[in-house]
Amino acid sequence: MSLVFAGVCSHAPGITGRAHMADPDVRDRFYEAFRQMGDDLRAAKPDAVVIIAAEHFANFFMNNMPSFAIGMADSYEGPIEDPGWLGIERRQVPGNRDISQRFITEVMKGSDIAYAEEWKFDHGIMVPLHFLTPDYDIPVIPVNINCQGPPLAPLERAWAFGESMRRACEAMPERIAIIGTGGISHWPATPDSGKINEAWDLDFMDRWCRNDKDALLDADAYNDLQVYSDAGQGGFEIRTYLTVSAAAGGAQGVVHFCEPIPIFAVSCTVATYDLASA
Amino acid sequence: MTLYAVQKFLYELNRTPAMQSAYTADRHAVLEPFDLNDEEVAALVEPDIGKLFHLGVNGQILMHFAAFHQIEWQDYLQRMRDGIATYGPVREGVYAMTTGLDDVIAPVHSSSKGASS
Ligand SMILES: [Fe+2]
Repeated sequence: MSLVFAGVCSHAPGITGRAHMADPDVRDRFYEAFRQMGDDLRAAKPDAVVIIAAEHFANFFMNNMPSFAIGMADSYEGPIEDPGWLGIERRQVPGNRDISQRFITEVMKGSDIAYAEEWKFDHGIMVPLHFLTPDYDIPVIPVNINCQGPPLAPLERAWAFGESMRRACEAMPERIAIIGTGGISHWPATPDSGKINEAWDLDFMDRWCRNDKDALLDADAYNDLQVYSDAGQGGFEIRTYLTVSAAAGGAQGVVHFCEPIPIFAVSCTVATYDLASA
Repeated sequence: MTLYAVQKFLYELNRTPAMQSAYTADRHAVLEPFDLNDEEVAALVEPDIGKLFHLGVNGQILMHFAAFHQIEWQDYLQRMRDGIATYGPVREGVYAMTTGLDDVIAPVHSSSKGASS
């Protein structure tokens, strides 16, 4: 099988853009865990990194909103945000159209998705890359799950999407890494920014580590109304995390860091699956 | 109800540098093709961040519009709070406010106060 790395991480723009406003102690421990994830990712020697992000109106809008989309280009530009505001310089990020096209073709056997030959990266992808592949030397395959403009795809469909990606990885000769970004509970870009439901986050990450499908798709805990109430509109991004769970095929996970940093607006999180345990 | 049009305008503006230049030169001219009512045009031109939040603009779109206008983060958050205080709760959309008007949700770390963003 060719899935060589699977993990999740936060992508909030404050992580880079508001770095100077955070408690340096907790911030630096988080950065260290984030960079360690990058070291581990690169040690897995992936030929391409699939980044499943919940983008924020950089490419997709409610005039034509795909539930699931995958990029298919040789290069991408990012960040779309003001570089000074985000704290990340604008640049070209390498893709690989050939790998993307074959990956998309395989995924389509199990899930109905959109593909896109143009894609501007926002903080959902640029913040993770800043820590994971700081030299921007591994081709990226961007993936989007609509977590912004309801109606949103049911969690079961996100799970099925993850399984389709797993099968696609198995069908390809390349070594593929999959990273999910976003969440967990947060109320981003609102007056509530910085509100964090830490207990909810830790409970979700416990389910994520156990890779317990029933617990992750729990309709009582994670229907959209309940998520909105418990975890804010940012909580809809759990779709990216549980898609990675499905892609990891039963592997057990480890949380390397999960602590609230309110000025970054989230429980800053770094977690990976031990693929050998699948 | 034209929240859709307000957000469509902001979406296009946020991702199109040429449109940002044109908007800087003549706000009304760039807004003209969008199906907006007077209240919405006034809020955009001002810009009245609090009114736009009250109208229901998604924060992921609104925060970039605020950054485009060089509005600092803490000021951006305060303007939304002021909008709720002045105009009332968010009218529609998923970006309501759930904390109290005077709650301090994300304090800036003491060692960095005064630093610019
Ligand atoms: Fe996000």
